[in-house]
Amino acid sequence: MKKGHIIGLGIIAIAILIIVSMIGDASTYESFETAKAMKMKGEAKPIHVVGELKKSLSGIVEGIEVNPDKTSFYFMMVDNDGTEQKVFYNEPVPADFARAEQVVVIGSYKNEELFVADKILMKCPSKYQENEVSTAGM
Amino acid sequence: MINTFVGNLGHFAVILAFVSSLITAYAYYQYIKASELDKANWRLFSRISFYVHSVASVTVALALFEIIYSHRFEYFYAYSHSSKALPVHYMISSFWEGQEGAFILWIFWNVVLGLVLIHTNKFWEGPVMLVFALVQAFLVSMILGVVIGDLKIGSSPFILLRDALNAPIFQINPQFVPEDGTGLNPLLQNIWMVIHPPTLFLGYATTLVPFAFLMGGLATKKYAEWVRPALPWAQFSAMVLGMGIIMGAYWAYVTLNFGGYWNWDPVENAVYVPWLIMVAGIHTMITFRKSSTALKSSMVLVVASFILVLYATFLVRSGVLGDSSVHSFTDLGLSGQLLIYMLFFLFVAVFLLARNWKNIPTSDKEASVYSREFWIFIGATTLALMAFQVILPTSIPVWNAIVEIFGGISNMAPPADQVGFYTKFQLWFAVALALLTAVGQFFWWNKMDGKTLREALVMPYVISVILSAIIIVWGKVYDISYIVVVLAGTFTIVANSTILFKLVKKSTFKLAGGSLAHIGLGMVLIGVMFSSGYSEVISYNLSGLTYSNSWEDELNKEHVLLWINKPTQIKDYTAIYRGRQKKVKGVPGLVSVNLLKSTDTTNEAIALDDIIVKGKTHYEKGDIVTLILEENDYFQIDYYKGDQYQFTLNPMSQFNSSMGLISSPDSRRFLNRDLYTFVSAINDYEDPEWREDEYYDVTPGETFFISDFVTEFEGGEVLTQIDGIDLMGGDVAVKAKLSIMDFDVEKRLEPIFIIRGSQVGRIPAIDHELGVKVELENIIPEKNQFSFKVNRYQKDYVVLKAIVKPQINILWAGTIIMLIGFCVAIYRRYDEFSKMRDKGLE
Repeated sequence: MKKGHIIGLGIIAIAILIIVSMIGDASTYESFETAKAMKMKGEAKPIHVVGELKKSLSGIVEGIEVNPDKTSFYFMMVDNDGTEQKVFYNEPVPADFARAEQVVVIGSYKNEELFVADKILMKCPSKYQENEVSTAGM
Repeated sequence: MINTFVGNLGHFAVILAFVSSLITAYAYYQYIKASELDKANWRLFSRISFYVHSVASVTVALALFEIIYSHRFEYFYAYSHSSKALPVHYMISSFWEGQEGAFILWIFWNVVLGLVLIHTNKFWEGPVMLVFALVQAFLVSMILGVVIGDLKIGSSPFILLRDALNAPIFQINPQFVPEDGTGLNPLLQNIWMVIHPPTLFLGYATTLVPFAFLMGGLATKKYAEWVRPALPWAQFSAMVLGMGIIMGAYWAYVTLNFGGYWNWDPVENAVYVPWLIMVAGIHTMITFRKSSTALKSSMVLVVASFILVLYATFLVRSGVLGDSSVHSFTDLGLSGQLLIYMLFFLFVAVFLLARNWKNIPTSDKEASVYSREFWIFIGATTLALMAFQVILPTSIPVWNAIVEIFGGISNMAPPADQVGFYTKFQLWFAVALALLTAVGQFFWWNKMDGKTLREALVMPYVISVILSAIIIVWGKVYDISYIVVVLAGTFTIVANSTILFKLVKKSTFKLAGGSLAHIGLGMVLIGVMFSSGYSEVISYNLSGLTYSNSWEDELNKEHVLLWINKPTQIKDYTAIYRGRQKKVKGVPGLVSVNLLKSTDTTNEAIALDDIIVKGKTHYEKGDIVTLILEENDYFQIDYYKGDQYQFTLNPMSQFNSSMGLISSPDSRRFLNRDLYTFVSAINDYEDPEWREDEYYDVTPGETFFISDFVTEFEGGEVLTQIDGIDLMGGDVAVKAKLSIMDFDVEKRLEPIFIIRGSQVGRIPAIDHELGVKVELENIIPEKNQFSFKVNRYQKDYVVLKAIVKPQINILWAGTIIMLIGFCVAIYRRYDEFSKMRDKGLE
C-alpha cells in the first residue's frame, strides 16, 4: 500500500469519526411529552423544547417564581402541543424574559414534575416587525 | 417635510451601479477576447465603466449615510437603526446594523479592491476584473429593491417609512415624519463595533481576489501563473479575516455577557471556517511556489474559501439558523437570491476546474516523509478537517431544511453543550497543528533526513520540556490533556523561535513571517488553554440561604446577590455594591444617580447637588448636565481584601425598549489574569410597589428601627423657605431630620410637613437605595412626638457574576504576533510578485 493511501484512509476515518460524533452529540427538538417519555426510558440527554411562557387570559405572564437570592427561578412554559410544564433555571431571570414571544429550553427532566433547563434561548419581539410609530412629533 | 431627493438619488445610484457592473463584465469579456489592436480601446472602455460603477457605489454609501447623519426618520433605515441621541461614531455603526448597509459595505470594499487590482496588474486585469464585475452585479442586486410582478429583487435601504410600515398615521398624514428613530441595538454601541464589521467585510471581500485570479488562470489556461499574484492577496485575506475574528472575539469579551470571547455560535463559526480553509490554501500555495506540487489542492482550497464565505453569508442572513443563534438576523426575503449567488459561482468554479482538471500539472512523485511538502500537506489536511468538523454541525438547520424539502421530518438540534462539543475536537486538532508547525518549519528551511531531523529537534525539544515543566508547576496544570497542550504550545514556540533566530541572523527579517505566525499560534493555544480551561467562577453564593427542596442546594449557584452597602464575600475579595451611576459629559469618571434628576429631554438631567470630582466643581446645584447615553447605568462595586481597598469595577447595564436589559462586563486587568464581572440581574428602577404603611411615633433624640436600619430622629426644624414652594404668611413648615445607618453609610432623610390654614401638606423623603419612603404624618406637641408613616420596598441590589480568566493576555499577545507574522509574509510575497510584474513577465 502506498503512503498516499494510508493517509487517505486516515482522513476518511477521521471524517467518519467527526460525522458519527456529530450525530451522537446532536440534540433533538422534542415536546414535553416525548421528553418525559425519554426520561422514563432512562435517556438523560439534554433536548430542546420550543414553546411559550404561560399567560393568563389577559395576556400577562404568570408562574414565574424567583428564589430569594435572585440567582435562580421557576417558570411555567407551554410547549407547541399545549402541554404545560414547570421549569427550573439555575440562573437569574434573563432580561426581558416576560416579554419573550418564544422560548427554547435546552435541558432535561429532573423528575416527573420538573424540567431543568441548562440553557434558555429567547425570541424577543423584533423591532423590525413593529407597526406602531410614535406619533409624539405631530 | 419629507425629503425624497436623497432617497431617489441613492436608489438611482444603486440601479446605475447594477447596470454598470454588468457593462463592466461584458466589456472586460470583450477585452480578453479582443485582438491586440482593439485591446487598448476595450480596456479604456472597461475601466471607465468600472469607474462609473465605483462612483455609483460610493454615492449609494454616501446617500445612506446622509440619511442617518441628518436624522431623516422619514426613511425606514434611519428610523429603525438610528436615533437622535447617537454620537457620530455610532451613526457609523447604524450604517451597517441593517443588512442592506452591510451589503453596501461589502460592495464598497470590492470597489476599493477592484481599483487597486486595476492599477497593480497588467496581464491579470481583464480576467480578474470580469469576475469582480460579476460578483458586484450579484451584490448590488441584493439592495436593488425592484419588484417585477411577484418577484422582489433585493431590499432597498432607501424606502420611506410610510412604504415600509402599515401604520394608520400615514393614512391621516402621508407627510408624517417621526420625531426620533428607534435607535441602534445597544450591543453595537461599542467602539469595537465601529471597526469590527468593516474589517470582517474587508476579509469577506478579499477572499474574492485569489478566487478571481484562479478563475482567470483556469479560463486563460495559465494553470500555474495565477499563484504568484494571488498568494499575497490570500495572505492579506487570511490576515484581515483573522483580525476580524479576533476583534469580534474581543468585542464579545468586553461587551457581551456570554462569559467569554468565543462561544462556538453559528455566526462565529461561519467566519472561522473560511479562515481555516484560506490558511490551508496559503500553505499549499507556498508549497507550490517552492516545489511545484499541491497545485490542485491549492485550487480546491481557494474555491472552497470563497464559496464558504458566501455560504456563511447565506447561513447568517437567510434566517435558516432561526433559533440556533443568538445573533439572529431577520429574513429580508433575500435567501433565494443569496442561494443563487452562491450556487452560480460554485457552478462556474466546479465547471472550470472539471474542464481543465486533466491539464493541470501535477507531480507524480510520492512525497517523502522527510520532505516539507509532506508535512505541509498534513498540516493543510488538518486545517481542512478542523473546518469540516465545525461546518457540519453548524449546518444542522440546513440539513433539517433539506430533509423537509423532500417531505421528511427532521428534528435534529445543535449539540446542547456547544462549547464542550467543539472543543473536544478543535483542541486536539490545534495540538496536532502546533506540533506540525514545529517540525514543518525545520523541513522548510533545511534539507532533512531522519538523523539531521533528530539532531535539529533535540535542542528545541529539551528546552520546551523544561519550559513546560516550569509552566505546569507554576500554573498548577495537572490535567493530562492540558499538559499535552502546554507541551505542544511551548514546543511550537521554541522550535519556531529557533528558526526565527537563525533566519534573522543569516538573512533578513523578510522571511520570518511563517515562524512569527506559528509562534503566535503556540501562544494562542496556551492562552486559550489557561483562560478557558482554567477560567473559574468565583461568585458562588455564600449567603447560606437554604431552600425547602434540597436538591437545589447541590447545584452551584454561579451568581451572587449584592445588597447595597453590604459587604459580601467573593472568594478572596469582599465586594460592596455602592450604587448606580451615570456618565456625564465633562466629568471624569462616573456620577452617582443620587446627584441627578432626569428631565423630559433625552440625555439630559439636572444636578441635584454640586458635582465635585477631586476638589474640582464641574457642575453646580441646579445646572443642566448632558448624560452620555442616558440608558446606560453603571454599578459601582468596590473590592476589598480584608480591610484594604483594592479597586472598583463598574459593570454596565442598559435598559433598552426594544432589546430589554443589556449587560456589559467590566474587567480588572492583571498581567497574569482578568477578573471579569457582569451584572446578571438588577433592581426595578421604575415606580416601586411600596409595601403597607408602618407607623412610628418618636420623640426627638430617640433611636428606632426602620426594617433593620438603625434610625435616629434628631429633631424637627421650622423652615422659612422650601425649594419649589412659595411659603405664605401664616404657613407653618416643619422638617424632621432623620439619620439612617446602613452598614457604614449614613443616609439623611428629611420629610416635610406644612400647615396652611386648615390644610395639611406632606412632602415625603424617599431613598431609593434603601427602598424607604418616610412621610411626616403628624406632629403631636402635647407628647413631644412626631408621627412617621414609613413604606418600604427592598434595598437596591445587583446580582453579579465574577469569573477569573488566567493568562488571557498570552492569548491576545499571541494573536497580535500572528498578525505581524502575516504582515511580514504578505510583504515578502507581494515584493516577489511586483518584481516579476515589473520585469514584464506577468
